Formats: sequence, structure tokens, C-alpha cells
Amino acid sequence: MTAMANAYRFIGNATPRKDAADIVTGGTRYLNDIKFPNLLYGKVLRSPHPHALIKRIDKSRAERLPGVKAVLTWEDVPNWKWGTPRLTRILDRKVRYVGDAVALVAATSEEMAQEALRLINVDYEILPAVFDMEEALKSGAPQLYDEFPGNVIPPGAPVLGPNGLTKICMGDLDKGFQEADVITDGTIGYENIPNPIPPEPPGVVALWEEPDKVTVWVASQFPYLAKIALSQILGGKVEVRVHGGPCGGSYGSRGMSWHVHTYAMLLSRATGRPVKLIFTREEHLAAFTLRLGSRVRAKVGMKRDGTITAVSGQWFVDSGYYSYSTQFQVGVGCGEAQIMVRCRNWDLKPIIVCTNRNASGAVRGFGGQELKCALIPLLCLAMEKVGLDPLEFFKKNYVKPGDGYFWREGTWYIYRGINYSKAMDKGAERFGWKEKWKGWLRPTAIEGTKRRGVGVGIHGNADIGEDSSEVSVHLYPDATALINSSVTEHGTGQRSNYVKMVCEVLQLPLERVSITPSDSLFNPYEFGPVGSRGTYAIGSAMIAAAEDARKKLFEIVAPMLRAEPKDLETVDGMIFARDNPTAKIPWKAMGVDRTCTGLGRFEPDYTMANCMITFVEVEVDTETGKVTLLRVVNATDVGQIIDPQGLEGQLNGCLGSGGIDSALFEETVLDHSTGHILNANMIDYKWRTYSELPAMDNVILETPFPSHRFHAVGTGEVTTAPGPAAVLMAVSNAVGAWLHEYPITPEKVLKALGKITQKDRKRGIE
Amino acid sequence: MRKKGAETYRINLTVNGQVHELEVGSEPDQVKPYHMLAHTLRETLGLIGTKVSCDSGACGSCTVLMDGKAVLSCMTLTVECGGKQITTIEGLSNPRTGKIDPLQQAFIDYTAFQCGFCTPGMIMSAKALLHENPSPTEEEVKEGLSGNFCRCISHYQVVKAVLATSVKGK
Repeated sequence: MTAMANAYRFIGNATPRKDAADIVTGGTRYLNDIKFPNLLYGKVLRSPHPHALIKRIDKSRAERLPGVKAVLTWEDVPNWKWGTPRLTRILDRKVRYVGDAVALVAATSEEMAQEALRLINVDYEILPAVFDMEEALKSGAPQLYDEFPGNVIPPGAPVLGPNGLTKICMGDLDKGFQEADVITDGTIGYENIPNPIPPEPPGVVALWEEPDKVTVWVASQFPYLAKIALSQILGGKVEVRVHGGPCGGSYGSRGMSWHVHTYAMLLSRATGRPVKLIFTREEHLAAFTLRLGSRVRAKVGMKRDGTITAVSGQWFVDSGYYSYSTQFQVGVGCGEAQIMVRCRNWDLKPIIVCTNRNASGAVRGFGGQELKCALIPLLCLAMEKVGLDPLEFFKKNYVKPGDGYFWREGTWYIYRGINYSKAMDKGAERFGWKEKWKGWLRPTAIEGTKRRGVGVGIHGNADIGEDSSEVSVHLYPDATALINSSVTEHGTGQRSNYVKMVCEVLQLPLERVSITPSDSLFNPYEFGPVGSRGTYAIGSAMIAAAEDARKKLFEIVAPMLRAEPKDLETVDGMIFARDNPTAKIPWKAMGVDRTCTGLGRFEPDYTMANCMITFVEVEVDTETGKVTLLRVVNATDVGQIIDPQGLEGQLNGCLGSGGIDSALFEETVLDHSTGHILNANMIDYKWRTYSELPAMDNVILETPFPSHRFHAVGTGEVTTAPGPAAVLMAVSNAVGAWLHEYPITPEKVLKALGKITQKDRKRGIE
Repeated sequence: MRKKGAETYRINLTVNGQVHELEVGSEPDQVKPYHMLAHTLRETLGLIGTKVSCDSGACGSCTVLMDGKAVLSCMTLTVECGGKQITTIEGLSNPRTGKIDPLQQAFIDYTAFQCGFCTPGMIMSAKALLHENPSPTEEEVKEGLSGNFCRCISHYQVVKAVLATSVKGK
């Protein structure tokens, strides 16, 4: 890390996380650790068919089982719907993927609930199913919804307003291609639909109280949004209270939990008792959020100097059996592409398709990673033709002050952030890029049967200032403070970082400031620490609330110090005038019958973006096809480090949860003949172990941002995004041939090396 | 231990130094013959520090010590634990002073966790490793923890914390 002089008392210093002692002693109470009296356990009966109509359900035997308190089918539940557009029923007469919910059971024990599932008889009328996007678009393909003719999910999301970004269209395409020195085209997919698999399984506890109140305990990265979603599903007629708590990982995936929540709500409504419903790992892998499938068929025009003159084509987006956030992700993804590719002439048209598999949503990224893992390799084809070093290309094309882009609501913004070229150069230097880069499709080194190759990828997002946050900060006479926010801890350490920010403003020791539990009953609005918005967006609201509270405190005590409020300072609970620091009074002077409350709100700001560049070196075994990731260097500029160890953790996170490893071995394997996921367990779903860790190096610069008081921006989400395309590039260079399919399994490497042929495959030699 | 002619019998389970006499049988408040140790620890004894993640022996999250060795409590039948010494994450603190184990302190110092869900299992695996090999090399630490799944990628900081706690690191 780059050491810089630090003027702050807490910001930038390594301090123990506020929740550290609980975490290392096992004292943290995740959802399943909370005790509830009179609890029932919920289970879901799931469809074995990818597409079918339910002809008849006989639940009588299940209902008679002792301990079973409710069995619900599509005929028993209200017509609650969700999705974009809102037409997916919680339980429907039609099932649309293997794992779709058919019936819900509540019983006095998990075993009884499980046993009851076995006793439900369902007659299905099996329908033909479709699993590939372009197959689904063909005429005559099985239709998932009457409302989506041709299996096309309508573009645009209400949340983005009437001009929401549904494509990237601007400039003069013909002129752009005429100006190009080279034109390349191709089709590349990023379709291995990885599952981020947070270690804590998806789950919920719900308590319905007649006639119109429901309380829900969630494990979520954005509990406040759960309240909003559930209120909308219930038509605004039911009071929804959401308790958030520490959350054992999310990686975006828990945003799509409405179904989990409503299952338990329905069972509680039917029984009058609290119902806990926790997904098994198989359900987690087969029936919880997957990444979007992404396939880009595009034509790229480029000049010799790396100027992109035109991009045109189609972006196929596979949403699975329905969409919740896909249109929103497409809008953000289209924006993110422009952050990386400075081009005047675009015609990139997304098309969102539904297929008979489990649904996709946010997974370590929100559209941009999905688009760019396919788009960057297409750009590489043009770079190869003109013999351009990809690092030079990224430096030239990455957004710079004065550049503009259309962002998610369809508004054009002029970028006012920093120039990241310095971070890119520093990363390249640390990696030794100049020495290792030998040109396109050329290995860095060959040693016997082993070949090494290098690659680089880049990503950035203007989401650092997305959406709104609200916070109140309360100052008490005993010189303590409380932050009122619904933010839950999901691993980034941000709850702790907010305490640091507020302590820095109030100059209070860290142990004197705490943060409320997440409870929508009293927390103000909060979009949640999603994307990379935690540091700038939420942080700004925290800082503003603390400053506002401090201002109110000073206004009250200023007369006692015979000073103006603006001339006051506070340190460790004492207040004094800047020019007379010896005359101090304690916070208690505000009056023991008072709380000083400050309010902070953040308004969205899309004029800045973060940036992550990732360099990788791989070794390919040309005999076995195995690819070993040897080294990763991430480089970024965060303006100001808030917590050095927390930040390092975020950057190390580039490997897992559908990150770099989605280029090497991570994939959800969907059997396209049956619709079953073949690796819905933690043995067959591949994940990186300790013994396979690559060398990891993080280069972090601190160029002050025009963001908030501490000049910082967030960088969490983007760490996973540049890696997959970089790995594809590195392996292609090592092998000397393009590999354009994720993940790069040994079989694909051997195929690229010409060591196995289609004939071998037919003979079963692989 | 089995009572003659009765469907129920008792086992003695020693957890964190404390002996629990548990009845095995089919009644709601009894340990079932099919109950896993993780279930008994969490649901019967209220020791929620042991976290269950995959529940099928693949992720290491539920690791506890049995007679000093790491075992997966989600794959270990409670009825097979009679007479064994079980240590959970709650048992690492000094019972008299309440002071946490140096390994736990190192996890705090290195922020060797992110979401923290896998952390108790990591710490227990590392504890077993250090018990067996008080001064492991970096490679040995990685090998010793290779059965522990972490999705946030706390691995690098965990390795630092474990090495700092080893005899060599002190």
C-alpha cells in the first residue's frame, strides 16, 4: 500500500472492527442463532420439472401428519406478485424451472416439515422447456409467460423512470466504422451463471399478526429495501417491520429474497405462529440468485491508436425464469461500458430473455461485469489486429475528467473524478507488465510443458454515489453518540467504518459511538451498502448527520463559552473555542434532559466512478490443460483509505463469489436436456481452497476525491469484475490461441491446443 | 450406559470442560440417534458459536475439536461423542478470566474475517493445526485450512493471523 501522511485520528488507521470480538468468539447472532418462542419450521416442495402445469395436488396425507400446521399450494395463497414487471406469483399453477416452489409446509420440527413434503402428491402436465437464450427467441419456442411473447422480458425498470437506460445508442455508426482502421466482430458469452454462495444460507423468520401486521427477521445486505418490496407485494395494506442483523455474506445475491420472505409470511399467516424458513445448501445452489447469463454479438471499429470509433451489436441477457432486477442491471451495465470505452458511436442493444432455469439477479456486480466479461475479449480482437498493448488501450479509453456518459436514468453526466492512469501505471509497475507482456497470443515464458501468460482487465462504476441514504446522529450529555441507520454488516466492515467517520467528526473515542440495530420501525430510509456506494453515498449521510448534530450542540453551548458556534471545537466530549482551548465545558452542558440530533441525507451523484485494474499471470500445463493462477495484482485509487485492513480484504475478495475464479472453474452446471443443476452441492460446485491461493498484491493510491469530508470513494464491488477477462487474455496468450469461453476448464485448453478434437470427444476421450 | 429394556439411554458429552448428561431417545426433548453434534451443540446446549453452512461436510464452517482434533460437527453423530472432549469456539476463552485465546486476538488484530460466518470454523481448524504443529510453515497453514470455505476471501489475512500465533511468530 502507498503510505501517505495521515492527518486523521481514526480515518486511515488500522482499528479493530467494532464487531470483531463477537465474530471471533462465535457471539455474533446471525439469523439462525436467534431464538423464537413457539416457532414453526417452513419447507418448500420444489418442482422436478423445468416447465409444467400443476394438474392436481393432493396434500391431505401431509396435512394429517402430526406436527404439520399448514400446507399451502397455489390454490391457497393470495395473488401476491413480484418481479419486473410485477407478475410472478409466489406460488403459481405453472412451474418454470427445476426447483420452482410448488407447496409450502409449516411444522413443529424441520424433520416433520421435510417428511410432509414427501407426502404431497402432485400431478404435472409436463411442458417443453427452453434453456438457451437464442433458442428461446426462436418462433415456436416454449413460452414461459403469456405476458412475455417470444420470451422477451420488456426493457426498462420503473425505478429508473421513463428515460431509463435500455441500450447504448448515440452518434453516427456508419461514420464511426468508416473512420476505423480495423473492424472485428464476434460472439462471446459469459454464461456460467456462478452462484456467489454466501456461507450463511438464505433464510427468514416471519410473524404475521392479524389483521394487518407482519414482522420479518432477515439476513440481508439491504433490509430497508426488503421492507419496501414486501410492502408493495402486500399492496400497502399491511404494516411491514423488518429486522436486519449481521449477514453471513451476500455479494448482492440477497437482494432477491422476496420469495424466501413471502413463503414464511404466508405460513405464519396460515398458522398464527412465527415461522422460520432456511434454505438447504442444495436449495441455495439450485433455487437462489444466480448471475445473469450474458452473450454479446458485436462489431467493433478501432483506430491504430486505440480509439474506438464504433460499437454495434446485440447484448443477450438471460434472466432465468423471471426478472426482478435485470432491467435495472442492464441500465447500469450500459453505463459501466461507457466508463471503460470512450466511444462516440454506439448501437448496442440489449435483449432480456426468460428461460426455464432458476432466476438471475445481482451477483458481485450489477450488469457491468456481465457485459464487460464478454465485451472486453471482443475489443481484444481489435487490439490484436492493430498490435496494441491492452494496458495502453485501457489508459487511453478509461473515463477521464471532462468525459461524459449516459447513466442508468438516461441522463448524460460529465465525469468530475480523478484520472486513474497513475494507478494503472503503478499496478503495471508492481506486476512487471512491461517485461511480461510479449504481444498478443504470445506466452511470457515457456518451460518444458508449462507455458506462462499474462492478462489485464479493468472495471469501474459510477455507482459510488448512487441512490439515497438517510442517517440521524444523536449526541448525549454523557459524551456518547448513537448512529441511527438500517445498515447491516455483511462483511465489508462498513458499520464499523461509519463509527470511525462519525468519531472523526465528533472527535470521540471509538468506544463512545454505537450504531442502532437495523429495524425499519425506527430507522430512516437507506438503500443499503450495495455496489460500491457504502463509502461515498452512505458515508456522506453519516458525516452530514454528525456535522449537523455537532452544529446543534455548539449552538446550545456557544453562549456559555461566550463564543460563536462557528468558532467552537470538541475533543473527547469537551467543547472549547478554537482561540481559547483552556476554557472547556463538557457535553453535559447541553443539559441532561436533552439529545442533540443531527440529520444527514445523501442525494445521488453519478459524476464520479471508481476503478479497478487487475493484472494476472497464469501457468498452463499443456499436457493436462490445467491452468494455475500464479499471481494477481490489483491497482486502484480510493481517494483516502478509511480502514486499511478492511480495504485489503475487499481487494483480496477479487477471487471468490463469482469473481476471477468464474474464469477458471466456478460455474453452475445446468443440464440443458433436463433443466437440472448438476452441481448443487459444495463438492461439485468448485471453489478455491487455501492451498491454491495465488500471490496477491494490492496497490492502493490515495488521490483526494471531490467526494466528502474525507475525500474517499468506495471500491468493494468492482474488485471481482476485471479478473475474468484478464484470465481469458492470459490463458490465450500462454496457449497462443483465443479462448473465448468461461470457465477455462482443462478440456477447453486442450481443445485450443489442438490436443483433443470433436472426434475424441465422441469417443469419450476427455 | 444403555438402560436395560428401555428405549432411552444416556450419554455423557463433555463440552468445553463441562459434562452434559444427555438422554437419547425419540421424545421431543431428547437427543435423537440421528442428531448431529452441530445440532446438539446449537439447539440442545445453546452453543450458537458453531455455525452450520453447507450441512454436508464440505465447507468446514461447523468445525469443532474432538479430543484436540478438528472434526466436522455437521457430520458427527452426537451419540458417537459420548466420553469425548469437545471444544467449541466458546471454549477457547479462559474460563476463569474470560480472556480470549491469542489466536482469536490475532484474528482481531489482522481483521482476519469479513462477514465472519466461517470464522469460528476457521479458528477451530487453525487451533487443531497449531495443537499438532505449533510452528507451521505458511504452506502447512494453508494445507491445514484447506477444508475451510470462505467466500469473502479472508484467507490471506487468516494465514497472517495463524502464523503470528505460531511459536515462530511470537
